[in-house]
Amino acid sequence: MSEMKLSCEAVRQVEEVCEKFQNDPGELIAILHECQSKLGYLPEPVQRIVASKLGIPASKVYGVVTFYSFFTMTPKGKFPISVCLGTACYVRGADKLLEEFKRVLGIDVGQTTPDGKFSLDCLRCVGACGLAPVATIGEKVYGRLNPADIKKIVEEFENRE
Amino acid sequence: MDEDDCMVSVAKFYLEFTVGESCGKCTPCRIGNKRMLEILTRITEGKGEMADLDQLQNLATVIKDSALCGLGQTSPNPVLSTLSNFRDEYVEHVRAHKCRAKKCKALLTYTIDPLRCKGCSACAKSCPAQAIMGETRKPHVINPYVCIRCGMCISRCHFGAISVI
Amino acid sequence: MEKKIKLTIDNRPVRVAPGTTILDAAESVGIAIPTLCHIDLKGTCVKNNPASCRICVVEVEGRRNLAPSCATVCTEGMVVYTNSARVIRARKTIAELMLSDHPNDCLTCPKCSDCELQRLVMRFNIREMPFTGGEQSARKKEITAAITRNMDKCILCRRCESVCNNVQSVGVLGAVRRGFDTTIAPTFDRMFKDTDCTYCGQCVAVCPTGALTERDNTDRLMEDLCDPNKIVIAQPAPAVRVALGEEFGMKPGSIVTGKLVTALRYLGFTKVFDTDFAADLTIMEEGAEILKRLKAFLAGDKSVKLPIMTSCCPAWVNFFEHNYPDLLDYPSSAKSPAQMFGAIAKTWWCERRNINPKKVVVVSIMPCLAKKYECEREEFCPDGQPDVDYSISTRELARLIKRANIRFTDLPDSDFDTPMGESSGAGAIFGATGGVMEAALRTVYEVHTGKELQKIEFTEVRGLEGIREATIDLNGFPLKVCVAHTLSNARILMDRLRKGELDYHVVEVMACPGGCIGGAGQPYHHGHVEILQARAAAIYREDEGKAIRLSHKNPDIIKLYEDFLGEPLGERSEQLLHTHYFNKQIQ
Repeated sequence: MSEMKLSCEAVRQVEEVCEKFQNDPGELIAILHECQSKLGYLPEPVQRIVASKLGIPASKVYGVVTFYSFFTMTPKGKFPISVCLGTACYVRGADKLLEEFKRVLGIDVGQTTPDGKFSLDCLRCVGACGLAPVATIGEKVYGRLNPADIKKIVEEFENRE
Repeated sequence: MDEDDCMVSVAKFYLEFTVGESCGKCTPCRIGNKRMLEILTRITEGKGEMADLDQLQNLATVIKDSALCGLGQTSPNPVLSTLSNFRDEYVEHVRAHKCRAKKCKALLTYTIDPLRCKGCSACAKSCPAQAIMGETRKPHVINPYVCIRCGMCISRCHFGAISVI
Repeated sequence: MEKKIKLTIDNRPVRVAPGTTILDAAESVGIAIPTLCHIDLKGTCVKNNPASCRICVVEVEGRRNLAPSCATVCTEGMVVYTNSARVIRARKTIAELMLSDHPNDCLTCPKCSDCELQRLVMRFNIREMPFTGGEQSARKKEITAAITRNMDKCILCRRCESVCNNVQSVGVLGAVRRGFDTTIAPTFDRMFKDTDCTYCGQCVAVCPTGALTERDNTDRLMEDLCDPNKIVIAQPAPAVRVALGEEFGMKPGSIVTGKLVTALRYLGFTKVFDTDFAADLTIMEEGAEILKRLKAFLAGDKSVKLPIMTSCCPAWVNFFEHNYPDLLDYPSSAKSPAQMFGAIAKTWWCERRNINPKKVVVVSIMPCLAKKYECEREEFCPDGQPDVDYSISTRELARLIKRANIRFTDLPDSDFDTPMGESSGAGAIFGATGGVMEAALRTVYEVHTGKELQKIEFTEVRGLEGIREATIDLNGFPLKVCVAHTLSNARILMDRLRKGELDYHVVEVMACPGGCIGGAGQPYHHGHVEILQARAAAIYREDEGKAIRLSHKNPDIIKLYEDFLGEPLGERSEQLLHTHYFNKQIQ
């Protein structure tokens, strides 16, 4: 169960969005859209508020959120990390890189660190097979990575604002 | 699209799209397209059987005839049209494990022409799978079981010694 | 007269009213088009019509593609074929596709032989699995106190979703994700126990496959029955005796009370008592509560909570605890009959017989799945000792009888044991929607007015209408009553109550369509509303056949009060027969 609490400010924002659309259940997608653009993502409590404001079951809201790939229930980190699991990277040990990222950050794939700095995801091929194994952090591409390098790279970003 | 395109791969490409876009409400589209994609994938990997072609034809016809919305009713069209106009390509994939357009990676073999190879080892250095072996200044060879068919070696070879068949 | 539409189906001429679907039109001339996702309990609000399984497709002349007969309305001059080669091939392929995303374990599936998918597979002559190696989507399994969920077996007909949302307004089950990854899941992919699920089990009642089934307690009961150190006593609910016969090929609406008692004895129950007895007891307590509140109300007490609402149905109790925690003091504090029975059995009966209650296993046989959860509620397990040890459904009892080699239809009749086997007709009608109200009215009328009822039946509260109301003349006081079944109708009433607009004195709510006769533990109705109607009719026949038809005239009940309880709402009654409710709102 998600124990996370929304800030009063966030609750107010979500309620405002619902009211802007007259709490009309027909505007569910537009409301979710706007909530996500304001908060960055749509955690359970947000969906519950929307459901109760619109007078529809939370399961219906959750169904819509999971249906559209645009909606996300996890906030992305400030520095999103993507590890390439394409064939070339994989045979060059991308799985070990991924494990090291998980270990250093203390999170699983699809999660974000508690301080909101890093999120971890996988993708299939960034088109740099020659540099395998590859990971991207933000816009930057890191090639020929070795699990031993991970800690240093993460630390480098940790000190950035 | 031209003669350099593999018709099975083209059908597969469209199916990937419809499988991704299927809403999941009606059975023919939700499961049928998924099964068609699986069959097409098998064929492009050289694991297809002739019975798969009949199954494809049947599935495509039924999905087109019974799906709930326009997406499902049109999703089999690329399969149906390629099956009727380019059946020989399908048969070639299944029987000869051959992709004449050289698009189906699993059906390709990368080879080094020993007469042209100078043994510079540029290809071996670039190979992400370390599938290329050979002594310096002597013709190199590609291990087909390790090769991931990424094409990196061809782009590195200055002597046009590497080809795909 | 309304103009009829003329069409032909399989070369047969058909005339139907405008708006009729091809499916219904075909049915009217004896053409049974196969369906899977479609369900329509006509006359109730149970309906699922998404046209999504595509099993019922038919060929319509002049139409490009096949038409779903459940959702296509007949038009003048239509020419329909339900069994052309094109249709038969499509249907078979669609069923084969479902099989490719379904486990291949029919032999050990709890729904084996009662599965609608299995029947279609046989009907379509599918003899092999053409899509071997097909990947199956990852889905969840869960065993709750009441419901077993195995979503691998789900074929996404969405009947459960329709029932959970539209019929019950509980809104827990819904489709999540998309395409091949679509699953039906409780809110936020949680387990049932972490949601607003009321365990009404109506999702189980309509599931065509083994995806949603009851929590099975038959093995546990078998073991207890074989244990020489245990005294196992049975209490079958009113609705069980009018439905159990169906499981043995008997006509819906057959009353099998006598055979039921014999079967329970043959199974090895030490005593076979009757929940109907406890239903009479419920009327004594709830009736007294109604009168108490009415008296205060008539005396001008503004704080008295009216309407008083029945509290026999555990799913309804869960529903208001989850959704209306601000209104917890409206429902009657009386426990359900099954729980009252357990409390009396483990105190009065044990004391009088000098039996250690710890050796007694009270098993309720219920048309209901929520009862399985109810008897596990903490407040019903004083000192960790449950009043009712566990509950089995009508279906589970039928399985046990078959397993024990008992040929049910050949059984002789026998009577319940005393002293908790005697019941009135008022107790018997608890099984149908409106029954608790009618039973209460019979007693409340006589106790309040001091007059004997000239006409015992209150037929105005019977029927299948979702919300029914009536005004009863109590010595000049117009008593306004209301009966609702299904939780969406209950929600309508509760929302009105919250706004202060509910102008009744007594309200009965049952969660299942038709009341307990349509409970989730009953033999599957497979969409045939006639079965529910036959059961309801049988319930009222059972009442008519009883010598005693008023709860307060049941001699065993009178004896229980004289011997043990004292009076309704007395100290001992309050302690044993009443409960309180909790705020279970999910934050």
